[in-house]
Amino acid sequence: MPRLLSFEGTGRRAASVTERNISTLRSAYWVVMVSGFLEPVLYLFSIGVGVGALIGDITLPGGEVVGYAEFVAPAMLAASAMTGALAETTFNFFGKMKFVRLYEGILATPVRPIEIALGELAWAMVRGVIYSAAFVVIMTLMGLTTWSRALVMLPATLLVGLAFGALGMAVATIIRSWQDFDLIAAGQFALFLFSGTFVPPTAYPAVVRWLIEITPLYRSVDLIRALSTGTTGWLQLLDVAYLLALMALGLTVAGRRMAKQLCK
Amino acid sequence: MDSLIHARGLIKRFGDFTAVDGIDVDVRRGEAFGFLGPNGAGKSSTMRMIGCVSPPSEGVLEILGLDPRRDGPKIRAKLGVCPQLDNLDIELTVRENLTTYARFFGIARKEARRRADELLEFVQLSERADSKVEPLSGGMKRRLTIARAMVNQPEMVLLDEPTTGLDPQARHLVWERLFRLKQQGVTLVLTTHYMDEAEQLCDRLVVMDGGRIVAEGSPRALIEQYSTREVVELRFNTEDQAAYADKLAGIGERLEVLPDRVLLYVDDGDGAADEVNRRSLSPASVLVRRSSLEDVFLHLTGRTLVD
Repeated sequence: MPRLLSFEGTGRRAASVTERNISTLRSAYWVVMVSGFLEPVLYLFSIGVGVGALIGDITLPGGEVVGYAEFVAPAMLAASAMTGALAETTFNFFGKMKFVRLYEGILATPVRPIEIALGELAWAMVRGVIYSAAFVVIMTLMGLTTWSRALVMLPATLLVGLAFGALGMAVATIIRSWQDFDLIAAGQFALFLFSGTFVPPTAYPAVVRWLIEITPLYRSVDLIRALSTGTTGWLQLLDVAYLLALMALGLTVAGRRMAKQLCK
Repeated sequence: MDSLIHARGLIKRFGDFTAVDGIDVDVRRGEAFGFLGPNGAGKSSTMRMIGCVSPPSEGVLEILGLDPRRDGPKIRAKLGVCPQLDNLDIELTVRENLTTYARFFGIARKEARRRADELLEFVQLSERADSKVEPLSGGMKRRLTIARAMVNQPEMVLLDEPTTGLDPQARHLVWERLFRLKQQGVTLVLTTHYMDEAEQLCDRLVVMDGGRIVAEGSPRALIEQYSTREVVELRFNTEDQAAYADKLAGIGERLEVLPDRVLLYVDDGDGAADEVNRRSLSPASVLVRRSSLEDVFLHLTGRTLVD
């Protein structure tokens, strides 16, 4: 039988790193899973549905009018893909690299730094996709999108996760102490509030709007909202290109800095 | 010659600091080779270069006939590494530490489990297979690390201070297991600052100091070359041991005054002790012992404390 996909070399070695993380799964892990899933759902109900009742409808850039919950739900989906990916790749990755010296042991095997990065990123995606799938089901059941659109949104959330996960790893190789995580958390929260999540960027002055539109979360929200509301256009190709570039950049920086720090 | 490690003019620099300053080393298949030296001699830096996790700054380095700069993964696939500080996976059980590690080498799951059980037997940890790593004693952790280094059936095992920090029982068990590996034909490369460890395990060794190799040979040959057959340790009831140096002149080949005792390097220990009595110097204690690698080591690297 011809081998359609080579699973030797980099792919195989990165997968062994992902596999290691799966082996660490213990029964207590469902607590982490449930809390990660609940966060966007709570936002959706409190703000999307609750505050949405006071706000009424919202007009999208293309002129389509949608309910506020329909406007907020895809943004919550994008934000949860970001949060899930960052949680795994910043905090956990940093700890493994600097404190438990896990990677030192792994690097004595054929596995290379970039393969550890890829394996960790894949692991973060396993977790992220489970969150996203659950959230998409809730959105569809609430009538905020359709089943066919939901199917396309899933790979899009994966792309969002990959981009933020790679970015998170690059950041984790740069920061020096646990205190720096407060900065990351602050930055993440600012992104969460202002990336066109609850308010369209058109509501802000031109300069602020321009700033918002170049942030990675805004590009993610823009992509997923267009898919969710069925309003895709050329602009979404830009979103995809942006996120792919961010992923490539993040992985390159993370791989290089890991090699520099661990293979002195 | 089947050289597993071949180094010429090997240099490792960290910024302005030169950790390894141009060493030449050849390690043959099946031999147990030691790097001996005080802290900061450059042993660990050398081991990391050999383990292909630290690129050499300059010089020639071939491991298993391959170039570490280019073939790192290929070389590491055939090495076993037991680092100085245990870096076991604390999130996994004892057995999982071995099976997961085997997966990094691309070993099939079933085979990984088989090898894990076999190795746990070998290092006498079968009963702790399902325990977490954290509660294990230092000696158990070290044995598990050695087992982990064996999981890919390596051609060469690198051990960085394998028994540092272990109690005597644990040390002897580790030595015994390493000796068994050596008998099975596994090439062992180890660093140590324990002389008895080097004498027990190494066929050949180099003494490193300040990033350079200062002596090379078998433990016996080094003792013959850099020390005498026997050493007489004399303690005098005085604050100033040096006061006796003149009175002892002419006995043996060399004399060394320490703050608490005087060492005489001699070929005939008992004869020298008799001579001391004949000169009626009446030391508080006399100890005649065989010369050890420790005498060589201290002679070559000095008695100044390096931290």
